[in-house]
Amino acid sequence: MPATWFHKPVQTLMNRAERLRNNLMALPPGLYLLLFFAVPSLMMLFASFRYPGEYGGLAPWYYMEDGQFSLDFTLENWLRLFESGIYLGLLFKSLGYALLTTLICTLMAYPLALMIARSQKRFRDLLLLLVILPFWSNFLVRIYAWMIIFSPQGALTIGLNHVTTALGLEPISLMFSSTAVVTCLVYVHLPFMILPLYANLEKHDSRLLDAAQDLGANRFQCFWLITWPQSLPGIYAGAILVFIPSLGIFAIPDLLGGTNGIMIGNVIKQQFVESRDWPFGSVLSLVLTGITLLLVLLAAKLGKTGGANNGK
Amino acid sequence: MANNRPSKALFSAGFLVYLFLYIPLAVVVIFSFNDSKLNAEWVGFTWKWYEKLIHNEDILRAAGNSLIIAVISAVIATVLGTLAGLAMHRGRQKWLPALVLGPIAMPDILIGVSLLLMFILLNVSLGAVSIILAHVSFCIGFVALAVQSRLAGMDQSLIEAARDLGASPWQSFRLISLPLLTPGIIAGAMMAFTLSIDDFVITFFTAGVGSSTLPLEIYSMVKIAVTPEVNAVSTLLMLVTLTLITLLSKISPTVLRQ
Amino acid sequence: MLEINAVSRSFGDFVALNKVSLHIQAGEFFTLLGPSGCGKTTLLRMIAGFDQADSGQILLDGKSLCALPPEKRPIHTVFQSYALFPHMTVAENIAFPLRMAKMNKTEIAHRVTEVLNDVRLPDKASHYPDALSGGQKQRIAIARALVNRPRLLLLDEPLSALDAKLREQMQIELINLQKDVGITFVYVTHDQGEALALSHRIAVMNKGEISQIDEPSVLYSCPDNRFVADFIGQCNILDATVVGGDEHKVNITIAGLGEISATANPEINFKPGDNCALTLRPEKIRLAATLEADSDEVLFSGKVHDMLYLGDVTVYIIELANGVLIEAMLANDAPGRTRLFDTGDAVQIAWRINAGHLVP
Repeated sequence: MPATWFHKPVQTLMNRAERLRNNLMALPPGLYLLLFFAVPSLMMLFASFRYPGEYGGLAPWYYMEDGQFSLDFTLENWLRLFESGIYLGLLFKSLGYALLTTLICTLMAYPLALMIARSQKRFRDLLLLLVILPFWSNFLVRIYAWMIIFSPQGALTIGLNHVTTALGLEPISLMFSSTAVVTCLVYVHLPFMILPLYANLEKHDSRLLDAAQDLGANRFQCFWLITWPQSLPGIYAGAILVFIPSLGIFAIPDLLGGTNGIMIGNVIKQQFVESRDWPFGSVLSLVLTGITLLLVLLAAKLGKTGGANNGK
Repeated sequence: MANNRPSKALFSAGFLVYLFLYIPLAVVVIFSFNDSKLNAEWVGFTWKWYEKLIHNEDILRAAGNSLIIAVISAVIATVLGTLAGLAMHRGRQKWLPALVLGPIAMPDILIGVSLLLMFILLNVSLGAVSIILAHVSFCIGFVALAVQSRLAGMDQSLIEAARDLGASPWQSFRLISLPLLTPGIIAGAMMAFTLSIDDFVITFFTAGVGSSTLPLEIYSMVKIAVTPEVNAVSTLLMLVTLTLITLLSKISPTVLRQ
Repeated sequence: MLEINAVSRSFGDFVALNKVSLHIQAGEFFTLLGPSGCGKTTLLRMIAGFDQADSGQILLDGKSLCALPPEKRPIHTVFQSYALFPHMTVAENIAFPLRMAKMNKTEIAHRVTEVLNDVRLPDKASHYPDALSGGQKQRIAIARALVNRPRLLLLDEPLSALDAKLREQMQIELINLQKDVGITFVYVTHDQGEALALSHRIAVMNKGEISQIDEPSVLYSCPDNRFVADFIGQCNILDATVVGGDEHKVNITIAGLGEISATANPEINFKPGDNCALTLRPEKIRLAATLEADSDEVLFSGKVHDMLYLGDVTVYIIELANGVLIEAMLANDAPGRTRLFDTGDAVQIAWRINAGHLVP
């Protein structure tokens, strides 16, 4: 029997009372998120067209003149984004960091995910737990760990500088560099790539590889023609999970990046906390939101076609 | 079946990635016992950073705040998230998934600044309450997902069987769906608790000046200087999460019953 | 006892049931048989109350079931996946309907023990369903559905998850169980062998409509239409045209074979010129190197085109002089290794006029 029939008619079973109950269930979380997610986002959209207040915050969105009521909105904040190359440059730099992070994560996650997926069943849970465990330690602790490793007094920097002086080069500093930022971005987001990739690889039918080998493919061809194409949906999922949070991050550049390593997130934080220019901060946030939405939609699309290719 | 086993090269590559994951944390732990103010060279073993920590009132207060905030946020988020998961499973409200999953998809900073904006404009004073309100809004989605995936894995005919054998809709929910969902709900609650107690970014924007949580405290300590005291807090935090996970894996088999 | 009157149901453009009517007698083992998508499961779900008809009526003992939710119907279902509650023990599973009926605890305990003895699993009471084998799950699912004596038991392909040996054993158990409890069974399956073996009567369904309702032996030997002839068992179906006849036999012509006679259901009034089909079961055809036809037999010559050795029988595909292919079956009942013919051998076939059955 078509399996869908068995599940669908639950809806036909739902009489009016059940439909009402279902609506009542959706109401509390729906209202809550409307108030604490949708409304703030909309307020931010409004704020991006308002003037900044004299002492931070926002100026009123209307003014009264001779008893005349007038709206006071502006496009200035948006224009500022395009007029000054600094912010666009920073945005592209952040996109570059996030992209680099995603690429490195993919390269590092793939062998590990593949190894776990091909381990004996009884070890897989343990191996997977070992991936998740560091992820459960506090976010700041994980950044802090790299502050120790990259510190100028740290063994890594000193050791590297022995090499550089031996080669007659300038001593290098790892702390407050883009290397430090990207390394830590990779460290923090690596599990987000490993987990979806593993979930995908684990489902692969090993008999396909046997069949490919039987039909004359070598190990590399087996991987490139069989495993890799099938794993793409997993990579897309992981890439989204790595790219989006990397793009918006501010704590890592804040603590490890110094002045060179700052990203768009730092500027947003700056606009809201230090310079208190909320309208411009809102503009930057909305740009980030737009990029995120675009990527999520793209992922949804890729996920669909990728899923179809996967055949399962 | 050679294809089904990792090759040596794959195994070593995987091992290196594990090293990459664990060395930094090991460094933090080791230096927390180091008798030197600098996290640079091993000098000798000491407990003194832990002793200092126990007497650091700011940290203790912040840890207490974090715990209270996380418990309250987790409870509220679990209730709302379970409802959302149930409603999403039925799929009648097309708008619900966007609202529930939005906060998960967005970078933290966007949630943080937009809530900050709203709280200030609406004159909500920043503090424990605003932190909880913010934490709940991004935890709901995780609970909902845990519940929903549990529901998706549930054989629909179980509910039909219950109805068929004489259970009312409410009875079939209480006697069949709810017990089968419990592991998902517990997992969701644990997740919400951990996310809340761990959260730095959103808390950073919604905390205001008066209240502090452990991550905020760690941030301000780290911002000023790298001191072994931070290593000690971090080590303790890791220990706590480790215990929590072990506990959960001990509990869950009996909870699962499946 | 159960009356289904002109029930229709569509899902979007797809018509799952089109004005289906049938009547099930009390104490009957009734089977809905048909290929995937024929509407049998939809009908079963409507009887159980999981789905609503777009139009038409379902009556149990003369009373309409339409307004009753599943829990209010004295009808229980054995699900294809068994749907045993994984978080309850076997005893708790069986007690479930009794609990819902608010029976007191001691009575429940008593009934559960009794039923577990009936299904010969008394030591499994405190086990969880996951610890049971497929056959045991099956028995528990049936026990749970029968424990509070429903008026009607619905079974949705209950044996499809079992392997062939176990399935046969369970079939016998089902027949005996139904005899013992005397409850009306409505059984859904796509397996014609299972339907023939179990049922008192079978409704063959196709594309949301009922093709024929009859006892198994009638369905097999006197199908009402090509679909039933083809769906149940192996069958030669030869296109034919009616040329004449009387109430005992109909004369037809078949392209390439000429004019022959056959029997037909007297209710179907064949007129000369009607298109029809001759249905002929392979095992009703005689096959030999040379044959002498009786007066009530038709005889053709041909050669063996293909053969399938199946152990107990061999199926021969015979090519008649003008390219018509006919399947015949011979039992390998001679002692020793029987091999009667080879591909290419010249043979003759014959069948009795009343072995060929005409359908529109």
